[in-house]
Formats: sequence, C-alpha cells, structure tokens
Amino acid sequence: MRLNVNGTMHEVDVEPDMPLLWVLRDELGLTGTKYGCGIAQCGACTVWLGGEAMRSCQIPAAEAEGAEITTIEGLGTPAALHAVQAAWLEGQVAQCGYCQSGQIMQAAALLAQTPNPSDAEIDEVMAGNLCRCGTYPRIRAAVHRAAQLMREG
Amino acid sequence: MSRIGKIARRSFLVGSAAIAGGVAFGVYSWRKTPENPLLPGLAQGEASFNPWVKITADRIILITPHADLGQGAMSMQALLIAEELDVDPAQVATEFGPPAAAYWNTALGAESAPFLPGDAGLAARATRGAMNAAFKLVGMQGTGGSSAVPDSFVKLRQAGAMARETLKRVVAQRHGVDVALLRSENGAVILPDGTAVPYTALAVDAAQADPVQDVPLRPASDWRLIGKPMRRLDILPKSTGTQVYGIDLKVEGMVHAAVRLNPRRGALLSHDATGAKAMRGVAQVLPIRDGVAVIADNTWRAIQAAQAVVCEWGPAPYPAKMADHWTAVEAGFDPAHLDKEWRVDGNMDAALSAADVVSAEYRAPYLAHQPLEPLNAIVRYSEAETEVWTAHQLPRMLQDLVAGVTGQKSGQITLHNQFAGGSFGHRLEFDHVLRAAEIARQMPGTPVKLTYSREEDFAQDFTRPLGMARGRGTVANGQVQAVEIVTSGPSPSRSQLARAGYSVPGPDNQLPAGIWNAPYAPTAFRVRAHAVEGLAPVSSWRSVGASLGGFFLESFLDELIHAAGADPMAERLRLCADPVARGVLEAVAELSGWQGPSHAPGQGRGVALVQSFGVNVAEVVDVRMTGAGLRIDRVFCVADVGRVVDPVNIENQIQGAVIWGLGHAMNCEITYADGMAEQTNYDSHSGMRLDQCPEIVVRVLETAPEVRGIGEPPVPPAAPALANAIFAATGQRLREMPFGKFVDFA
Repeated sequence: MRLNVNGTMHEVDVEPDMPLLWVLRDELGLTGTKYGCGIAQCGACTVWLGGEAMRSCQIPAAEAEGAEITTIEGLGTPAALHAVQAAWLEGQVAQCGYCQSGQIMQAAALLAQTPNPSDAEIDEVMAGNLCRCGTYPRIRAAVHRAAQLMREG
Repeated sequence: MSRIGKIARRSFLVGSAAIAGGVAFGVYSWRKTPENPLLPGLAQGEASFNPWVKITADRIILITPHADLGQGAMSMQALLIAEELDVDPAQVATEFGPPAAAYWNTALGAESAPFLPGDAGLAARATRGAMNAAFKLVGMQGTGGSSAVPDSFVKLRQAGAMARETLKRVVAQRHGVDVALLRSENGAVILPDGTAVPYTALAVDAAQADPVQDVPLRPASDWRLIGKPMRRLDILPKSTGTQVYGIDLKVEGMVHAAVRLNPRRGALLSHDATGAKAMRGVAQVLPIRDGVAVIADNTWRAIQAAQAVVCEWGPAPYPAKMADHWTAVEAGFDPAHLDKEWRVDGNMDAALSAADVVSAEYRAPYLAHQPLEPLNAIVRYSEAETEVWTAHQLPRMLQDLVAGVTGQKSGQITLHNQFAGGSFGHRLEFDHVLRAAEIARQMPGTPVKLTYSREEDFAQDFTRPLGMARGRGTVANGQVQAVEIVTSGPSPSRSQLARAGYSVPGPDNQLPAGIWNAPYAPTAFRVRAHAVEGLAPVSSWRSVGASLGGFFLESFLDELIHAAGADPMAERLRLCADPVARGVLEAVAELSGWQGPSHAPGQGRGVALVQSFGVNVAEVVDVRMTGAGLRIDRVFCVADVGRVVDPVNIENQIQGAVIWGLGHAMNCEITYADGMAEQTNYDSHSGMRLDQCPEIVVRVLETAPEVRGIGEPPVPPAAPALANAIFAATGQRLREMPFGKFVDFA
C-alpha cells in the first residue's frame, strides 16, 4: 500500500491491520513517534491524520492510506523548529522526553484549532497524553508560550 | 562467581546496613586508583588525563558515566567537568563511556551505612568509610539513590581541573612560557599575547604528558556554570523526536524479538507455538527460562505472535490472592519477624502505659514503575564477545550477569549504555536484559532486539513493596509526647539483590526509611521494622522505602497533632530538632502563607516533612471539594540540597517528583489475582494526568552542609501531605493508598 508521510509517498508491504505506529517505526524508520501502551491510553504515538491528532497505535495501516500523515519529524526539524517545539525547548520541558513527541503533536493540533487556549482547554485536550516524569506544569506553560510565538509569527 | 559477587557475598551490600564482620580490605588495594578505562582505546595522538576527559585532534569528549534516566544526569555531569575545564558543555561531545571500576560511586556507599546523615560520630564515620572502601574495591558503578550529584560534585570538577592544568603545562613547555601566565577559556589555552591554542591542537603532546594532580578547585564565587540555568544537552533532540532511545536503536542485521513469560513468575509447563510460527514475518519460536521468545522481522509481528503462543503456566511462588498477601503482612507484626529496632529515644514503654494511647494502622500497596519507554535491549552474542545496547543503572553488575548467561567472562561483555525513556528504579533490574542475552545466545552473530509489550512489562514489573504500619502514641498539654511506628512488609533490598545473585546479611535500612531518620525529637520515639518473606518479588521504586515510611509516619504524626489540638505546622516545628529540617518547614510555612489546616468549608491543607537520601523536603498541599470531586489546587514544596547545580532542572525534577508521589497515591496499585498482576496497562495504573495537575510552587534552600541529589526526596512527603489535606477538608482520615478507593478526585 502507499502512505503519504510528511509529504512523501512511501510504498509499504504490510498487513492491512498493522497499526500505523509500527509501520512508521519499523518499516519507515521514523522513530520519533513512540510506542507507549498500544491501547490509546498514553498518547506517545500521536500523529496527525489530515491535520487531526490521532493515536497511531489505533490506526490500521489500511485506513491511513490516502490520508496526509504528519509525524514529529514532519512538524519541524532541529534546524527549522515549529513554534511548539521552540516553546518546548525554551521552557526546558523534557525530562526523559519519551512522551514529548506525542505531547508536541497534540499541542500543535490544539493550537491549530484554538490559537489562544485557556487552561481549561489545554487540560481537556492534553489529559490524554501521559507523562510519567511529570512535566505537566512546563507543558502548560509551553503551550501558552507557543500560542504567543505563533501570534507573533 | 563474578568479581563483584565474590566480595559482596562475604562483605557488603547496597542499601543495607551490614558490613558483616567488619571486613578487612587490604589498605593497598582500596587506596589504589582504578585504571583509566579510556587509555586502552586511545588512538595515536589522542589524550586522556583521567576517566572523564578525552581529547582528540578534532574533539573534546566528556565522559558522563551516570545513566541519564530523564533526570538530566548527562548535562549535570558535563556541566561539572566543564566548570573547571573551561569549555562550553554544548560545544563538546558527551558520552556515557564504558562500564569501569574507575566510575565507582563515591556517594552510594556512605548512604548505605545505617547511621543518620547528621551522625558524625566515630562509628558512623568508620562505617561510611568502610562502605566507600567496599564500593571502590569492587568498582561499584551505579546510578540510583539520588546519588549522581553528590557522587559527581567534587570529583568531576577535579577531573576538569586536572585536565585543564595538564593542557596548560603542555602549552607552557611548548612555548617556553611560565604556566602562571596562561589562562584558559572556551576550550583553549590563552597565551600572554592573547593567542588561543585550542585543546584539540594539544592532544598529540598531551598524550605524552603526565597528568597534573591535586589541582585546587575554584571557589564558588568564580563559578561560571554551577547554580545558573543550563540548556540541557538533550533538550533539542527531545523536543524534535530525534533523541534515540534504546527502543529506537538499529544494529545492522538485527532481528526483532518479543517474549511471553509466566505472568505468575513460575514455570512454563507446556506450550504450543503452531499458530505463532505460521504468522507472517515469524522466523522462529525459542524456549527461554519460564517462557518463550518469538523472533520476527518487525516488533509488532513479534509481539502479536508471542501473544498467539498457547501457554500453560505453573503456579506463582507467592500467594495467588491479594488478601493472602495482606494476611502475611499482618502476620509480620509478630515479634519473630523483627528485622531491626531502628530507633529508641526516651522511655516508650512507660509512655504507652501512662496515658490514653492513640493508635492507627496504615497500608501502602504494591506499585509498578512503568516508565513510558517499555523495557528493551539489543544483544549480539559471539564466542569472542557479547555486545549489549540498553539503558541501565548498574553497568558492571549487568556485565557480570550477562556473562553468567552467555558463559563468558565479564570482560567479554560490552555495554553501550543508552538514554532511557524513564526508569524510576525499573532499569536497576536485569531480567529483561538477561532474557535478550538468553535469546541471543541461541543465535550467535545475530543482533537480537527484544522489546516488551506494555502488558508484558506490567506483568513482569518488580514492584514497590506493599507494607503496613501500626502507630501508637500519646499527647498531653496540647503537645505530642510519644510516637511509635512498627512496620511490616517485604524487604526491597533483599528481594532485588537476591535476583542478582547476592545474599544480604543484616537488616534492610529501606524498611524504616523515612521514619527512623525523621528529624523529630518527641519525648519518646521508637521505630521497629518487621520483614516478611515469601511475597511477590519487589524492588526499588522512586524513593524506595521512604515512599511508604513517609506516609506512615507523617500521617500518624498528623493524627497525634490533631488529638493534641495543636496546629500541624506549629507542632511539627516544635518537634523538629534538626536545624536544616526546621529551616525547610519554616520556609514552606512562609511560602504557603500557612495559617492553619482549614480556612473555609470544604477546603483543607496538609503538611508533611520527610527526610530521604539525606534531603529534608516539606510540602503543603491545598485541596478543595468540588461538585466533581476533590481537587488538588496547589502544592508548595521546599527542599534543601546544600547546593543547586541547575535551578531550572531542579524545579522540573521537584515538580515531577511531587506529581509522581501524588499520582500514585491517588489512583495506583498492583493487586494479584490467580497469581497475576491485575493491572495490565495505564488504563488501570495511570498516575496523574495533566488535567489533575496542581500548581506546584518550588523553593530550594542551600543551607545543608552537604551537596545532595533531588530525584527522589520530594516523592515521600506528597502522599501524606495530600492525606492530611483531605482530612482537613473533609474530616475523613485516609490510612490506605490509593486514596481513590475512598474519595473521587476531580
């Protein structure tokens, strides 16, 4: 099947029910998207499908065919950071960092739809992304900072 | 037997009190400096002055041997070396380095001695010295016990200073200049005329030079880096998905493996892999100890196929039902189970016979570690050597244990340590790496990457011990008089070290942790720890024994203070005998604007003070009843670590540790049914999520006499401060975790 990931078409030969997460990680080598729970409880595997944040562990590969898939590698790069990544860096959010790809993809999707979210809106959208290290206070602050950076352009 | 095992068996142990029989180490052998592990690997023209600094013609490389589990250990270590070496940590290379005796932990041994941190008596000093000698003798390299900063704080600056002065001497000789006229900055020696000679240009000559020894360290007033916010070295990769963890690593020619292990940790009686072998991508199914391993061409296929193996499991070597675990812990209060009487101040028997006795009983459950990166390891076995790629906190013990599986010598095992996606004690364990080694041993030459599914990881987690405590005490004239705590539960140190092949003589100082070392001086204070055998295997879980002990003591003390009719803060201050702990309490009272435990209906605040790993931490938690349940609004946390290395990172660590302590107290436990853990994923053991996260206000003091670590100490006060706040708000005294069994959290 053919998958459009970060603007590039990839031909992959996988079972239709292989979760997109594992196609990205093991078949395409895009390891920025993380395996945490496999049951949509942690959010570490969050990617965008058509701009919407989704748990890639729950998306069968066949269902991702034809969609525009964006992963953390497609959001921004170390040389060209997305505003959310810049805010994450500035706020020194990460500890172990393993959940942060998913946090950043979720936060960027939130800000695309709600450019100036309230604390309550951040809480509601980000509650599905688990951080075992407990970087939540910094995540909240970084989402607000990213909103500011995006407004300033 | 392994080199560490031989000595450990007859002498010392980690986390326990005993130095059985006062082992006489040859003075020569433990005074001898372990060899620099970087020297054998140096190429022509490369120089290494000590085990932490290496310079080549194009790079300056800092070796940071403490594992980075997310706590920022690599950045902290690089900062300390850079402070004296005069380099920008961001402009040099950093590596974890090889396992080596030279990286023995200089702080963990002293911490394991069964004396209070403030005890400077002869016995305390002698025992700490002997423990340190033992750690040095066996080259005990380890990350844990919040020891990375105390271990590194002096020796890494010394390493940087020695390297700098050696480089300056090389320049002095080359240019015929008095070394006193040379400066150093930004990776270069500066000649009197201002010419900068980069360190890398000195590598060839420096390789021939004898390292300069005994360089005095710069005074704090001259520090450029320590105490100032640092940009973590891993912050860019961790903000862009480019940080490579063990689970992301690829080794040429590797295959993917998944395991199916007995969820009761007993034997595999029989299995049928017919279905699994027929699945796409599956190469083979291999027998391993108490389970099977599936080899496939993709992680998901391996995990799916492992699930498809039909297994008949043997019974658990511990009670099958949870109720029987608690029954065993209750039976542990029998005097025959006394592990040690840890503290006896005043006349407790007289106190308890003379007045109305307040008594209460507390329970803390088994808890899983479950860092977000599932356990994984890559192992490539060959007859000549075995290579291991994984994130681990005990690199040299890992070498010994892998060698035991492959039938090789420890020196034939190479570990490439990796960044960890969290640990919280999980990566002190060896079992997953030994499983990978067991598989690789059956496939010589092929790198095998073993990845645990989350469910397998939960099932095989060596949890925090469960435990109980019984408190008895008295009050009079509005004051707390006598406090007695007796605990019962399994020993984490004995369970953990037994799996690594070490027997542990003597009592486990983690059983009374957070209680016997409490900085309080009531009229009478007695602490006894009882140990229970035969329960589920347990291990070190962030803050270890103090995560239970702090809850037990600070909850019971709160009950006594309430019975006395005193203020929770004022009475703790009155009881507090230690000036550092007192300063912490005073600061948290001031920071939180403490005016009592309850100031409006349905609102409450609780305080707790716990000392663990030598650090006093006090927390005030504010809660409020809402229509949706109990809401934690704010936490105020004050810690005294003696000296702050990085003010930003320490705030992040403290907030995270508070969240860890609160989240698990709210909604986590591991329970057993039919010998299996009933919680299999984060849906039933999640901890705190962002929408429940309170505002967390942090203040760090620097009055303590010694530099200490912060990864664990803010965990223990969180649960009792929360329980005490709930009591203040609702009148309901919660004596058992998780609290979510009794109240709903908003």
